[in-house]
Amino acid sequence: MPTDQKNYKKVAYYPGCALEGTGHAYNRSTKAVGKKLGLDLVEVDNWNCCGAMEVKNVDPKIQTYLSSRVMSITANEMDMDVVMAPCNGCYHNLKKAEYELANDKESAEVVERLSKEAGHETYKAGQVETIHALDWIKHTIGEDGLRERVKNSLSGMKIANYYGCMYTRPRHIFPEKDAGPGSESTYRPHFMDDLLEAAGAENVEFPLKTACCGGAHTLSDSDMSTKLVLNILRAAEESDAEVIATECPTCHTGLEMHQIRAEKTLGVKTSVKILYFTQLLGLALGLKPRKVGIQENISSSTDFLKEKGLA
Amino acid sequence: MHTRSLHDIEKQLEELIAAPCAGFDAGDLLRMSEEVLEHWVQAHRQTPTQEKREGFRLLALHRQGAKDDPSFNACRETCRELVYHYNLITMEPDHPETQKRQRLMIMVANHLFLFVGGKLQVQELGDFCCASKPIRQSMDSRPTGTETTLESS
Repeated sequence: MPTDQKNYKKVAYYPGCALEGTGHAYNRSTKAVGKKLGLDLVEVDNWNCCGAMEVKNVDPKIQTYLSSRVMSITANEMDMDVVMAPCNGCYHNLKKAEYELANDKESAEVVERLSKEAGHETYKAGQVETIHALDWIKHTIGEDGLRERVKNSLSGMKIANYYGCMYTRPRHIFPEKDAGPGSESTYRPHFMDDLLEAAGAENVEFPLKTACCGGAHTLSDSDMSTKLVLNILRAAEESDAEVIATECPTCHTGLEMHQIRAEKTLGVKTSVKILYFTQLLGLALGLKPRKVGIQENISSSTDFLKEKGLA
Repeated sequence: MHTRSLHDIEKQLEELIAAPCAGFDAGDLLRMSEEVLEHWVQAHRQTPTQEKREGFRLLALHRQGAKDDPSFNACRETCRELVYHYNLITMEPDHPETQKRQRLMIMVANHLFLFVGGKLQVQELGDFCCASKPIRQSMDSRPTGTETTLESS
């Protein structure tokens, strides 16, 4: 089946830790958009942390196990074969675990041993397909499907689409990307651009769409994170964007927090708005701002959305 | 060929961001970005390559810098965007958007500088630049003011 004609109408939903905390607006808007589009999200039962950065740095094989447990529950307890992870970190880690289990015997042995100790079935590579929220909407609804459903066009809104660094890297764990027509590009990703354009937005040429947001430096070197974020914000404004659309809770929170910090510590004010792509799609589909968690963002965009006739 | 210090590069980038049209030179900005990567390669006790990939030394240097260090690939597209903007600016100098392209190229170069500079400062942190490893602990335990500077690596 061509990559652009998949059907993900009912998928297991793995929100991950961030979407229950700082990224709650992403959680809320993802669920609201899914409901509006008639897509069924079934939350993974008793899910655990994907291993994030912290566990991966202590012992990558433990991270592989933790991610494999999420996929094991999806396949063996929920009898589902697709899991959707909207967070770039979770998406990346599940994909990485899939790759490790398919290609590294030692990882497979560790996962088997730990799964037995934990008392659940061992996940076997290939049982589950991990997808991102962008794949979910792009492949199931598509641009034409979105155009048909748009009630409040994003027309007149200039958007810089920001994907962050984990959605496309490392390339070898994403075999479905760079796979010809209809597939996502790791060099210049475009799924978010495609969806928001279908909702009426004008995408700007944005050269830092996969650049590092400094998220991992936030605790060890906050000043560096602020400078990296400020550079992204300025580049977006230089590209004439009014909004930066995000699809990762770490990037999103970092952009919002360091936008404020840049003004306080460096005296540089930027006014570009930062919104999840699911919030923008939800508004375009006719959902009210509260339904997509606009009030949960750190920065207020209410006046801007009113100006655009979306609030 | 002389390699500017990271301090000088930072200063020059700040000046360019403040006044992008004054003294903009796409070739020099590309060279400056190569020098940023030279610092990274030299910090790993290697000799910066003089080879080119796809016609650009910057891309060869990135490849050299990313060998055995997957986290360094987080600046792969930044390098490619620099090359892309260099081509746009030099091949279409009279294009109506040239000034905008120049400003964006400066910001892409600045991002590369910030990313590499940040990684150099926390060199040998975790595989994906997060979480402390012993080397960081030993760096942090040094008396204030004795940190390893980028230039001295």
